[in-house]
Amino acid sequence: MPYINAPLPSAEALIVQLAALIAPTLTAGTVLVGMHTGGVWAAERLHPLLDPAMPHGSLDISFYRDDFEQIGLHAQVKPTHLPFEVEGRDILLVDDVLYTGRSVRAAMNALFDYGRPAKIRLAVLIDRAGDRQLPIEADFVGAVLSVPPHQHIHLVRDEEANLSLKLVNLT
Amino acid sequence: MSQNPQLNDDGSLRHLLTIDGLPRALLMQIFDTADGFIAVNEQEVKKVPLLRGKAIFNLFFEPSTRTRTTFEIAAKRLSADVINLNISASSQSKGETLLDTVDNLAAMQADMFIVRHAQSGAAHMIARHVAPHIHVVNAGDGRHAHPTQGLLDMFTIRKYKGQFHNLCVAIVGDVLHSRVARSQIHALTTLGVPEVRVIAPETLLPTAVEQMGVRVFHDMEAGLRNVDVVIILRLQNERMRGARLPSAQEYFKYYGLTAEKLAFARPDAIVMHPGPMNRGVEIDSAVADGRQSVILPQVTYGIAVRMAVMSMLAGN
Repeated sequence: MPYINAPLPSAEALIVQLAALIAPTLTAGTVLVGMHTGGVWAAERLHPLLDPAMPHGSLDISFYRDDFEQIGLHAQVKPTHLPFEVEGRDILLVDDVLYTGRSVRAAMNALFDYGRPAKIRLAVLIDRAGDRQLPIEADFVGAVLSVPPHQHIHLVRDEEANLSLKLVNLT
Repeated sequence: MSQNPQLNDDGSLRHLLTIDGLPRALLMQIFDTADGFIAVNEQEVKKVPLLRGKAIFNLFFEPSTRTRTTFEIAAKRLSADVINLNISASSQSKGETLLDTVDNLAAMQADMFIVRHAQSGAAHMIARHVAPHIHVVNAGDGRHAHPTQGLLDMFTIRKYKGQFHNLCVAIVGDVLHSRVARSQIHALTTLGVPEVRVIAPETLLPTAVEQMGVRVFHDMEAGLRNVDVVIILRLQNERMRGARLPSAQEYFKYYGLTAEKLAFARPDAIVMHPGPMNRGVEIDSAVADGRQSVILPQVTYGIAVRMAVMSMLAGN
């Protein structure tokens, strides 16, 4: 995909900022859940900065998306791995970009099929403010960006596992 | 229309009728999707909303317990509405043709047909007949194919062996009457398994079976040597015509899988059986219940594989 050259915040710096925002609010029962794929990478980096002993897992929302009728099953279904009881836990859900809110809706539905969490909070690196289609907001935001509707912003990981944000034109 | 009636023009799966002719990448995509559904089957709520509002008809013209039940469970875990029809007991006995039955069910807004029929080619005929939005899954047609069984067997092998490219797999028993064996052989060769063997008396092998890319053995000791996966087929009593075998006892003596015969295979070999088993005919109880047996995991994986197939079809 051809990336657009535009000044974007450093993903690595946003993760450090986000960890500083989250750390004071952690409780003993908090668990970290990253949403595939960008959110899993972000959660993996947040985890040692927050509490290396905190349980963490990953969530794939392919089976809960609301655009199955339009586009079918996502080609790359990743296994969901939640190595803890969801029932009664404080869940910190992590995604790379909060845009329409539909992915977060799907993630919450998926989590509830594993049990009834006591609390779900949302942390995102980027909030595409003003583009929401559902009444969903993040509790922790790395940066707020305004991205035109014909462009897509997402997290990429290079061979050295460094994270960066990229902007692409949707065709 | 694409060359293969199972595929859409973009190469995605429209019907699942046979594994023969499906590309390797598509089989791997089914397995990767099934891996995702394994987690669903371990959830507290064993259900995802993918096929909510879809009507799936189980059209079984031939008796089946395991296959019909696992299709039903898979469809229900995808939130579809499932209607089971035991056709032999209804319309057909009143003289309705197969395609008239299908047209009537399509008029009831069916989205998918799961078809089991004693005639080879029945599912193909229905797939050619239905409207473009309706999907057909072959759940076993005559001696021809049983693709979801073949897929779940391959998925089980991948789970236990990790890959396919350096395996030796032996299929033992009644290959002649077995649609399962045909689907397994197509899948194994497509997935790049370098050595596929069949072990059976001459009377239970189709003519020119070598042309399917298998090595033929008539002796268990030679055939099982260095094998990583042993697949035992059921001796299909109900399909036996004439005297192909002297007796079940004699079959067990030469081809029944016992611990002694299994010792010829690799020590880490796994034993599979599509079920239902005839204990003491094609397999000894000590092997069926032994530590190398993966016969019950096959059943469990069958649900995830059928969920993968149905959700991929419905989304295409």
